[in-house]
Amino acid sequence: MSVIDVNDWRIALVGTPNSGKTALFNALTGSRQKVANYAGVTVERKSGVLKTASGHRVNLIDLPGTYSLRGRSPDEDITRDVILGKLASESPPDFLLCVADATNLRVALRLVIELKRVHRPMLLVLNMIDIARRRGVDIHLDKLSAELGVPVVTSTAVRRGGIDDLLRHIDDIVGKPAGAIVASDWTTPAVSDLRAAQREADRVIRASVSEPAKPDTWTTRVDGVLLHPVWGMVALLLLLFVMFQAVFAWAEPVMELITQGFDALGAFSATVLPEGLLQSFVQNGVISGVGSVLVFLPQILILFLFILLLEDLGYMARAAFLMDRIMGGAGLHGRAFIPLLSSFACAIPGIMATRVIDNKRDRLTTIMVAPLMTCSARIPVYTLIIAAFIPNRPVLGVLGLQGLVMFGLYAMGIFSALAVSFVANRFFWRDSATPPFMLELPDYKLPQLRSVLMNLYQRAMAFLKRAGTTIFSMMVLIWFLASFPRPPAGATEPAIDFSLAAMIGRWIEPLLAPIGFNWQISVALIPGMAAREVAVASLGTVYAIEGGKEAADQVGHMLASQWSLATALAFLAWYVFAPQCASTLAVIKRETGGWRWMLITFFYMLALAYLAAFVTYRIALALGWG
Amino acid sequence: MIEALPKAATIMPDFDTIIPDAAETTPLGLAQRGFSGRVSAIMVDGDHLGVSAVEIERRLLELGIVEGASVQILHEGPIGRDPIAVRVNGTTIALRRREAMAIMVGALERAAKTTA
Repeated sequence: MSVIDVNDWRIALVGTPNSGKTALFNALTGSRQKVANYAGVTVERKSGVLKTASGHRVNLIDLPGTYSLRGRSPDEDITRDVILGKLASESPPDFLLCVADATNLRVALRLVIELKRVHRPMLLVLNMIDIARRRGVDIHLDKLSAELGVPVVTSTAVRRGGIDDLLRHIDDIVGKPAGAIVASDWTTPAVSDLRAAQREADRVIRASVSEPAKPDTWTTRVDGVLLHPVWGMVALLLLLFVMFQAVFAWAEPVMELITQGFDALGAFSATVLPEGLLQSFVQNGVISGVGSVLVFLPQILILFLFILLLEDLGYMARAAFLMDRIMGGAGLHGRAFIPLLSSFACAIPGIMATRVIDNKRDRLTTIMVAPLMTCSARIPVYTLIIAAFIPNRPVLGVLGLQGLVMFGLYAMGIFSALAVSFVANRFFWRDSATPPFMLELPDYKLPQLRSVLMNLYQRAMAFLKRAGTTIFSMMVLIWFLASFPRPPAGATEPAIDFSLAAMIGRWIEPLLAPIGFNWQISVALIPGMAAREVAVASLGTVYAIEGGKEAADQVGHMLASQWSLATALAFLAWYVFAPQCASTLAVIKRETGGWRWMLITFFYMLALAYLAAFVTYRIALALGWG
Repeated sequence: MIEALPKAATIMPDFDTIIPDAAETTPLGLAQRGFSGRVSAIMVDGDHLGVSAVEIERRLLELGIVEGASVQILHEGPIGRDPIAVRVNGTTIALRRREAMAIMVGALERAAKTTA
């Protein structure tokens, strides 16, 4: 408490979704923002500082968008609790800044009428007034203010000078001493209250708006194509193709560069430090640990750039509209498809992207199945095994058998993701309600570069700070397991054979024998936890193959001579589900706010991996491929 | 059968206060693209997928779908013409036909389909 200046005003920004609240928040606070989490929940707490012309400091807090104080989701619960001052960690706001889209007053005014019952001082901001005026709206501000009993001011967050009037009003308010606090008499509105409030809002609009907004012709025209049953789907697929291509291909060179940079740094550290434990720790623990976090950054940035642009443009809700039935069949929300698609590149940005799903259970289901999408880290494993074991012979004249197997592995991932979410909805969530799919399709708006970049920066920092620490500590743990205890002097076998990882590997070997895994595979699975593709290098280490460019080829030859086809196929089946990716698990823990969902994901994937490998192995043996 | 009934609502001067008679209404969930009308009642027939009828009604109300609001179906989803995009007094709302069944509407003007 001591560090907080008691004279600071606390202003809460409230508004319906799509009211341009976040853009206004960004315009008011600029870069003086702080993003954290509310204690105990995964809801983001965005706050910022603003200095008025006369030098008053104001703490502005951006509350999650809501249609009512009822609280239908964790986000909306937070909005209600902060406004009502029910949150122990937050002192109640001195003032409510209620943001309304001037082109869409009905729903916003209903919220204002509900908010009045809280009896906090309030100012209504008619945002996007320029767009409203262009569309012929004529709002009598004095009349509106008198009818509502709330002061009204207009603003345009996207224009320079568009918020001057609002800033002057804020200055006036904070210049005066805060009035006596009147207790709130807000109660959860019943349907009759909601009806009455909407009628009242409609009455206020009739009394103060002489010309309602004409429908946005631009939006209507664009939607004629983008929501068309055929062209809309074509446009969506095209967009997805570009996005997937970007996340997958554009990020590749940068990721390569990061990997090479950290490899070089590791090699350099090896020349500087004396050979031994310290060198191994710095090179394989610290440097490769930091590298393994940073390498995901390009994909995350590109994906989030697309998502933020599409969200600000207003397309996200349309995509959900088009995909709702397709995703809904498997019990997924329409909004889940962009996260799931991104997971083909990497589950980490995909899981982070589930934030666009506002409902908790839909979001958790999506997070749970996202790692089943065939991510790019599985590709080295697949190509290695396929190249070593599957003959490259044509099937049906044109298709190659190798390509067909690869396609089959992708299809298996997609199918199992849909199946898991279907099952989760049937059994897991049986008692919790599916919220109905109802959402506003906002008018299209040009995204604001500044706002997009600011959000992008916040996403990147969130990933680096919070997921980064977890990923890094897991990397160090894996290094520890693979390095201790040290091999005795004069040992000729690879060092990993003496490590804890090998002990665990040999210990779990009997468990893995029924699915055709030998002890070498069991051992390689431990360092393979770092990332799926590391399994290739680990197999190389276990089979005592020196690293280098040709290592992968050599590993392939070695495996072809050591493994049966049944084992190889079982290994592929395992990797369709394999939960071994410490980074993904770390992000799941971070995004769901605890161990529970991380453990659930880990164990269900482990169970599926085992089952799939077992069935594959047994069938292959029965076919005589042992 | 709707076209046979006199459309009292269309000849009255102030549309905003007119709520179509319950006798000539249909659920919005059955209407086609191009349908244009006014909400006469919200009647959720029961709980759905664990969501109580009252909760569905509240959500519809919170999106501005109240008796007297004008509605127009702008778009239909690519599969099974579901969900639908409905303009409600100037705002566009996407919802599934399942929930739209609770919105009873009276047609103000016939969609173009009558003279096909």
